[in-house]
Amino acid sequence: MILVWIIILLMGTGLLAWLASRWNTFLPRLISLAGTITYFGITLWLWHGHDPGVGNQEWIISYTAKWIPTFGIQFKLAMDGLSLLMLLLTSFLGVICVLVSWKEINSRVGFFHFNLLFELAGITGVFLSLDLFLFYFSWELMLVPMYFLISIWGHEDRIYAGKKFFLFTQASGLLMLLSILGLYFVHGQNTGVYTFDYEQLVGTTMAPQIGFILMLGFVVAFCVKLSTVPLHSWLPDAHTQAPTAGSVILAGLLLKTGAYGLIRFALPLFPEASHRLAPLAVLLGVVSILYGAKLAFAQTDFKRLVAYISVSHMGFILLGVYSFNEMAMQGVVMQMIVHAISTGALFIIAGAVYDRIHTRDLHQMGGLWRQVPRMGTMGLVFVMASMGLPGLGNFIAEILILIGSYQGDFKVLTVIATVILITATAYALRIMQKVFYGKEHKVWKIPDFDVREMIVMLSLTGVIIWLGWYPASVFRVSQTPVQKVIEKVRIPKPDQEEEMESVDRADIFNIANPVDVKYVTIKKVDQVQKINLIQTE
Amino acid sequence: MISTQDITGLLPVVILGGGILLTLLLIAISRRHVLTFVSTLLILTASLIAVFVNWPAQSHAIDELFVVDAFGYYYLALILLATFVVAIFGYLSLRDFYPEKRKEEFYPLLMLAALGSAMLVFSTHFITFFVSLEIMSISLYSLIAYYRERPKAIEAGLKYLILAALAASFLLLGMALVYAATGTMAFHDLATITPAINGTSQLMLLAGFALMIVGIGFELAAVPFHMWTPDIYEGASSPISAFIATVAKGSIVALLLRFFIMADLYRFGNIVWVFTIMSVLSMLIGNILALFQNNVKRMLAYSSIAHFGYLMVAIIAGQEMGPPAATFYLTIYVITILAAFGLITLVSKSQEEAIDIEDYQGLFWKRPILAIAFTVSLLSLAGIPLTAGFTGKFFVLTAGVGQAQWLLVIALVLGSTIGLYYYLRLIVVMMHQEKDVVPVAHPVKKDDAKTSSILAGGLAIMLLTIFVIWLGTYPSWLLDLISGFH
Repeated sequence: MILVWIIILLMGTGLLAWLASRWNTFLPRLISLAGTITYFGITLWLWHGHDPGVGNQEWIISYTAKWIPTFGIQFKLAMDGLSLLMLLLTSFLGVICVLVSWKEINSRVGFFHFNLLFELAGITGVFLSLDLFLFYFSWELMLVPMYFLISIWGHEDRIYAGKKFFLFTQASGLLMLLSILGLYFVHGQNTGVYTFDYEQLVGTTMAPQIGFILMLGFVVAFCVKLSTVPLHSWLPDAHTQAPTAGSVILAGLLLKTGAYGLIRFALPLFPEASHRLAPLAVLLGVVSILYGAKLAFAQTDFKRLVAYISVSHMGFILLGVYSFNEMAMQGVVMQMIVHAISTGALFIIAGAVYDRIHTRDLHQMGGLWRQVPRMGTMGLVFVMASMGLPGLGNFIAEILILIGSYQGDFKVLTVIATVILITATAYALRIMQKVFYGKEHKVWKIPDFDVREMIVMLSLTGVIIWLGWYPASVFRVSQTPVQKVIEKVRIPKPDQEEEMESVDRADIFNIANPVDVKYVTIKKVDQVQKINLIQTE
Repeated sequence: MISTQDITGLLPVVILGGGILLTLLLIAISRRHVLTFVSTLLILTASLIAVFVNWPAQSHAIDELFVVDAFGYYYLALILLATFVVAIFGYLSLRDFYPEKRKEEFYPLLMLAALGSAMLVFSTHFITFFVSLEIMSISLYSLIAYYRERPKAIEAGLKYLILAALAASFLLLGMALVYAATGTMAFHDLATITPAINGTSQLMLLAGFALMIVGIGFELAAVPFHMWTPDIYEGASSPISAFIATVAKGSIVALLLRFFIMADLYRFGNIVWVFTIMSVLSMLIGNILALFQNNVKRMLAYSSIAHFGYLMVAIIAGQEMGPPAATFYLTIYVITILAAFGLITLVSKSQEEAIDIEDYQGLFWKRPILAIAFTVSLLSLAGIPLTAGFTGKFFVLTAGVGQAQWLLVIALVLGSTIGLYYYLRLIVVMMHQEKDVVPVAHPVKKDDAKTSSILAGGLAIMLLTIFVIWLGTYPSWLLDLISGFH
């Protein structure tokens, strides 16, 4: 029931904030802040109270109610370790978003917060839904508030960007709806039970051809959200034009719904088809990684640059997910979180710079460090995080994905993807060079980060460093769900299953130090390689 | 012979018919706008009460002409409710945009059109079909041209007159051919007789059906028989456009469902195929043409073409899922489009209807409640979750996928993606700041006559909007109700 209350809390706070805007503009901010902090508190409490490393049941909490029984539709929410991590991320970024909008948004404050909180409610719904109808419902529900956020409070090209965002996601979403319906009927014809219940639909047997087509519907929808290369063109526009809070939510949460969808739905529902898609998916992942990095390097618009970094980072997710092994998958979960933090932070910095000098053009900047040393320091931290500096969370994620996928079938592609370590350095250093160091093209007289902004940035910094040094806190939570997914997606090979179980892999991820991760991994590499040969065969 | 049971079965229709005569008498005695309006509302309410009191448990056929069943009653209730709302907005429209003119005849004509459509939903015979259709169309000619000083209204009325007459003659010739081939005009007899027909008679039968499809296609405004729609929507006043979009087309849908099921037209591959093509074309062309409209009423007209294309997907899918999905979708469309046209009436300033897209600029900040209601109904037309349009589209898609009608389903997806674009455009325009006018927190217009009308219309809009959201989040009850009688 607590899960339902979370959603009610968000929607209620949103409505309240809107109503409160009749009196003044401070009240909606305060109400939204209180709402998101409460949400964050609840998720922290859930995290603390239900450490999922212990139990063996799949769902930590679940809630089921009747909704439209005629069609086998339930109101079914459930949370496992993966959802819990995503909720933590959602609520944390929710608080951040309210804080960063504190001074940036000055028109129609109530309606802004209404949209912000409804967006968070939709995202939360996506991360919790276990009924495919409800999932699609929440999936579409995320669109409208985000569309408003972009097209009302965005920058100069907001209308175009908002429309493009909406059309891309809506069209792909409808394809997913067709696939959901197809699955519904295939399952119904097989078993006589017409239901949208995820747990019943997992394991539906179907002809390989049909399975592949149905899966494509899901994958296209998720890849549009992930902004995989041929489907990415909405992202730079949307991210660039959105207000700061919108960019943070887009990069931090909306993209993650795509990754979450792949892990939660695409793989377990269609294991065989996923294996068939893997070569293409990994190829697209690698292309996104490199192409995104290349385009990021070429941008002159600060926010656009950060947007292409997202494209590049999201390529890692495809690479990791379709390697079908635990290490890469854990890396993916980590990547989802650290990307949200680091890119979110970069968007906040870009927004702060824009607020002060009213341009996002890198050529207008330069030498800002002297003016805003605090901002520069923060910029340095997150630029380093984005390029994967050891000691910060992104390093763990990328290295795990690369090592994990190297053990899979796509060694050459993984090796090519490793080039990112160089290209990332190039684009990341370019940000520092163009914005904070280098020649002053214009002399700006601008204030540095104030207390509010420093609180935001320091909390983000704390999280990214903490994840860099103590990633086990995440891995412990995500281990069970990740193993469950790997189990579901494995193509059964009865004779080799025994050997599989005997290998003890559990301790690989319970390591505090990133350096050790590498070390232990290398030590175990032949062992793990063996596992993977079995898994992906 | 007509028995008492027959009369009681058709009681709501009888009340409506009698009410029209009474209203005419009333107008003859005292020409007062409010009085006629109130008596219209009373008659519609009485008829509605009769619907609920008299709800038939099983179907009862009146010879071959009519059948009184829950299906028909449901559609009748829908028609009466829609007419009720149209009457309210018609009152506002007449008072604000047509002052100093004869207003009273509007109401008997409106009820007469409703009577025609009410008879249509019970019809099971070519004769009743045709007569009801004509009652409806003839009242509509004059309703469309009611604001007769306006050139567009006259043009629209004449256009509808000529085209509807043409369509009716196609329909009539088709019926004649079918009758010549089969010797029957009752729907259910066609199901038993047609399989035995072959040779030249079969050709005649098919030709007959083809001509009938032309007539029905015209009434539904399915592409390629859609040309009249935008002009008529534009020329007629908003309430009448709403009436055509909901009552007139809705009753045709009911009839089509009956015809398809009773005469078992699903057996004819050709007919299903023709309807499939009409549906695909309507969805695509309707949406594409709507993209280019700057006139909100024309846009809604093209969008209605597309929406009836969606509806036809459910009709074509048939089986146990299609007809309920069609009825459900129609119900939702009726609610949504009534809200949309009602809002056009409310937004309009005196003398001139707000039909240009620029009239809506900045509405969000000038009259937020109206703008929110309009946004909800546009989102519902676009089929976005939390609004009824989403559940409706979902059930139609379910019916389509269930019968593996992939062509239709994919056209539906394509069409609704295109559709999004123009609904969004209007929403964005409403959010735009007006350039020279500083937005004010509350609407400043405060003349008393207007306030009361805003109140009455606003209440209707609020109710419709609540329905849209309610059915968007909890459609179960309506779905159960509808599945009950299909």
